[in-house]
Amino acid sequence: MSVFDLAQQVRTKQRRAIDVANDTLAAIDARDNEINAFLHLDAETIRSQAERIDATVDAGGDPGRLAGVPVAIKDNLCQRGVPTTCASKILEGWKPPYDATVITKLTQAGAILVGKTNLDEFAMGSSTENSAFGATKNPIDPSRVPGGSSGGSAAAVGADYLPLSLGSDTGGSIRQPAAFCGVVGLKPTYGTVSRYGLIAFASSLDQVGPFARSVDDAGILFEVIAGHDPMDSTSLNAPAPDVMTTINDGVAGLRVGIVPELIDGTSDEVRDRVVAAQEALVAQGATLVELSAPELRLGLAAYYLIAPAEASSNLARYDGVRYGNRVDAPDVAAMMTATRTAGFGDEVKRRIMLGTYALSAGYYDAYYGQAQKVRTLIIETFARLYAQCDVLLGATTPTTAFEFGAKTADPMAMYYSDIFTIPSNLAGHPAMSVPFGVDGDGLPIGVQLLGPALSEPTLFRAAKILESEAGR
Amino acid sequence: MSEARPLDASDVTKVASLARLSLSDAEVERFTGQLARILESAAEIAELDLGDVSPTAHPLALANVLREDDVRASLDRDEVLSQAPSVNDRRFSVPKIVGEAP
Amino acid sequence: MSALPDGWTMVVGLEVHTELRTDTKLFCGCANNFGDEPNTNICPVCLGLPGALPVLNQRAVEYAIRIGLALNCVVQNSSFHRKNYFYPDMPKDFQISQYDVPINGPGYLDLPDGVRVGIERAHLEEDTGKTTHLGGTGRIHGSDESLVDYNRSGVPLVEIVSCPDIRSAAQARAYAAELRSILIASGASDGRMEEGSMRVDANVSVRRGDDQPFGTRCEIKNLNSLRSVQRAVEYEALRQIALLEDGGTVTQETRHWDEDAGKTHTLRTKEEAYDYRYFPEPDLVPVEPTSEFIDTVRSELGPMPAERRATLVSLLGEPTDAQLDQLLSVVEQGLDSFVVAAVAAGVNAPLALTRTSNELAASGDVVATVDAQAVAATLLMEQAGELSATQSKAVLQEVIVNGGGDPKAIAKAKGFEQMADGALDTILDEVIAAHPDEWSRFCDGDDKLQGFFTGKIMAATKGQADGKAVAAGLRTRRSA
Repeated sequence: MSVFDLAQQVRTKQRRAIDVANDTLAAIDARDNEINAFLHLDAETIRSQAERIDATVDAGGDPGRLAGVPVAIKDNLCQRGVPTTCASKILEGWKPPYDATVITKLTQAGAILVGKTNLDEFAMGSSTENSAFGATKNPIDPSRVPGGSSGGSAAAVGADYLPLSLGSDTGGSIRQPAAFCGVVGLKPTYGTVSRYGLIAFASSLDQVGPFARSVDDAGILFEVIAGHDPMDSTSLNAPAPDVMTTINDGVAGLRVGIVPELIDGTSDEVRDRVVAAQEALVAQGATLVELSAPELRLGLAAYYLIAPAEASSNLARYDGVRYGNRVDAPDVAAMMTATRTAGFGDEVKRRIMLGTYALSAGYYDAYYGQAQKVRTLIIETFARLYAQCDVLLGATTPTTAFEFGAKTADPMAMYYSDIFTIPSNLAGHPAMSVPFGVDGDGLPIGVQLLGPALSEPTLFRAAKILESEAGR
Repeated sequence: MSEARPLDASDVTKVASLARLSLSDAEVERFTGQLARILESAAEIAELDLGDVSPTAHPLALANVLREDDVRASLDRDEVLSQAPSVNDRRFSVPKIVGEAP
Repeated sequence: MSALPDGWTMVVGLEVHTELRTDTKLFCGCANNFGDEPNTNICPVCLGLPGALPVLNQRAVEYAIRIGLALNCVVQNSSFHRKNYFYPDMPKDFQISQYDVPINGPGYLDLPDGVRVGIERAHLEEDTGKTTHLGGTGRIHGSDESLVDYNRSGVPLVEIVSCPDIRSAAQARAYAAELRSILIASGASDGRMEEGSMRVDANVSVRRGDDQPFGTRCEIKNLNSLRSVQRAVEYEALRQIALLEDGGTVTQETRHWDEDAGKTHTLRTKEEAYDYRYFPEPDLVPVEPTSEFIDTVRSELGPMPAERRATLVSLLGEPTDAQLDQLLSVVEQGLDSFVVAAVAAGVNAPLALTRTSNELAASGDVVATVDAQAVAATLLMEQAGELSATQSKAVLQEVIVNGGGDPKAIAKAKGFEQMADGALDTILDEVIAAHPDEWSRFCDGDDKLQGFFTGKIMAATKGQADGKAVAAGLRTRRSA
């Protein structure tokens, strides 16, 4: 059932929110011991939210657009009084004294906040294997990773526990797991969704976005969470893009750009599905434009300097003084060192050190400074491409979901998973992964739609076509 | 454009100390290898001649985002202190501080 | 002022941090209040909680620009950087500051004696929390535990960096004093060094002769009063000279001024210098004030101390050295408006200046709310002889404590009836007659007895006699 229909049923008492809550809990209970999508879940809190929503309906009120719709929350979003860990030992047990803006918006829309989902520690990773609390398994094939870093949120929707979840995307952390778990995932335009209360990984790249079973559902969740927030200085002071009004308008006349840099290096099966997606759009009236953008290949290296540099600073605050865990030591510097050494996992340490190095005296110009210039090149490259096309179509990931441990020994191999998703983050542009068939092992394949800033309405139109054509 | 020299164990030790991390010898060795490989792939951009390209720090061209000087409610002290590792006399307690602030 | 040994000169630059008088902090809506209960003005932003984001306070920008304009700086487009270092009083373990593009670029400050000191920059940044050290001496050394209060964390600061144009300890003090007056006059800061809202660091080096290159400098921290600025700079210059004359070298380092011991000691050498890893703050966007906004701020800026001193000088005509000292301090304390108002009401300028620099200046914070017209009315009564000097001061005290009032009613309530004509003459004659020995010695030239007679007469009149009239009466009778 669609989110729209579910909310409508709850609003008209055809279905009670408490029943939705109980069904959701039952689905999670049945399978999440195996999948491990949730880090924190409290049945009582879920039921009491549902009861409040039903009470509002009973009193003749409208709980909102997501009335009684269960939504899972990536555990790097602050929710007051609810454990928020970033899948890190350093924050284990921490209960934020405030709500992220997106949490407030979900509550105001009448959603049931179901729980906090697993992720790679501090959102650093592409497989959810870097969680301090155990990996999440791919619900399609539990011997494989769900992708990352928002693996728990992708798996929760992929396992059909619930229709919606929130993730965050810094270099592909929504789109890559969406592709691996066979769900829709959107990284919105930078500044359309508030980052207030999103625990920062790389501030100039992070963006909160939706996972959903369908393109329509993703569109509703996006509209609910988007909009200007005075608590976030980087929030766009403009009305949030309206995607639902035009979502069924089709792609007639749409110019779809094809660049080898967003396809080359994939497995043959992934490539075949990207080509099939091109054909599907053309069949509905779109035209293809063959372009080339070699600069996009520089994105990976630039990203792996910029993101760790910002992270090294953002993660400095975990020092054992104000919140989180502390390892005692005789003096404050030793306490901070002991706390951080015990509290962070290897990938987090690796990126903190990499970022510290990239910013340190003598290396700033060669690394961080150069990466910022490459970022300019990539923005200019996209501007050139979008002068000739409306959207770009490519692969979301080079491969389908890989097996546990396949890339843990080699950080570079893991980083390469994000090769196609990173450029949109560097440019601040929206991009979306839409399920488009499966490989020979039945593993989902995602195709990626990219567009210029605030082009979400166009991406959703194209995604809707791909969704309807995916089964053919 | 500056030339980047290969990263070695002493760099890793120094960077770990700047970042308040302590590493065993084995970790220094492992991280040195891994970071060196990552930086090797970053070398492709370190070596680009981008003299006339301006750096981008923000994906958005925003400016002058300001708020009024109006007081908003602060957090409840007890709620905040309940989350702290160590508290004494309404304040956050830390062990001995060696050296003054920069 | 002690001089340096022959041939030596010093080169000094000052870095002054001043807290801005905004209602809220630089990046959040928590109250900017000194002295509140610990950890009551804290929120996710100023506590550095995960997920919190800064939003810049418009008034802080306006106040920073006021300071820039008052220091003749170039006000320019600017942005924020992160300065990364670990310290428990800094909740994010980085400070948001301005780095390569400060809001105020080069400017200058003219000292009262005409010497011009260049200003390199005046930039915005956030303050840290406040640490209390338990055990030991209450200072950082010897303490086993420290407690942090984050009420001050995120309070807006402007850091004003001077050029190395200062050449003596007295000049360093004069610069700090003048800067303090300018900050108060701009309305951007209260300049209270005792509350830490203005804090001074000094960069000091020495050289033999003015044509030599600058020597190695040391940075002196913890200068919490104008007096310690002068003492510390003097001490440090002499320390460096002694070192060099003994054949040693000065090491570049940061040193701490110990006010009680009157000495500086090493905090940190250059080898221990931090690598701050500055980079652009990604959570904030650039500040680009329009020229209209800058013009508005400029038009709202009142007269600066130099102009206000000139006003007082013109009211006094040709001030004496003592009066110059008085007017300097009156302007520095922002009390010159009392002098101007009193003179406008008809009080003579020297009397207005004297009462302002003594009675008003001594009255502390309450002076800010005192009605200048009530002060002027009191001084007019004194000038007309309706109140003696002693009575006038007593009435002024009442006016100050109450913030104003009718001096005639106060005088009446205190029983300060004007002495009838001739009453003083009678008392003078009685007192002289009662002390013939003292009087003849006084007439023989023993001037010390003036005080003796004045005291007797004041006692006899219960303090109501005008001191000048008493002196005049004694004078005429002695020479008669």
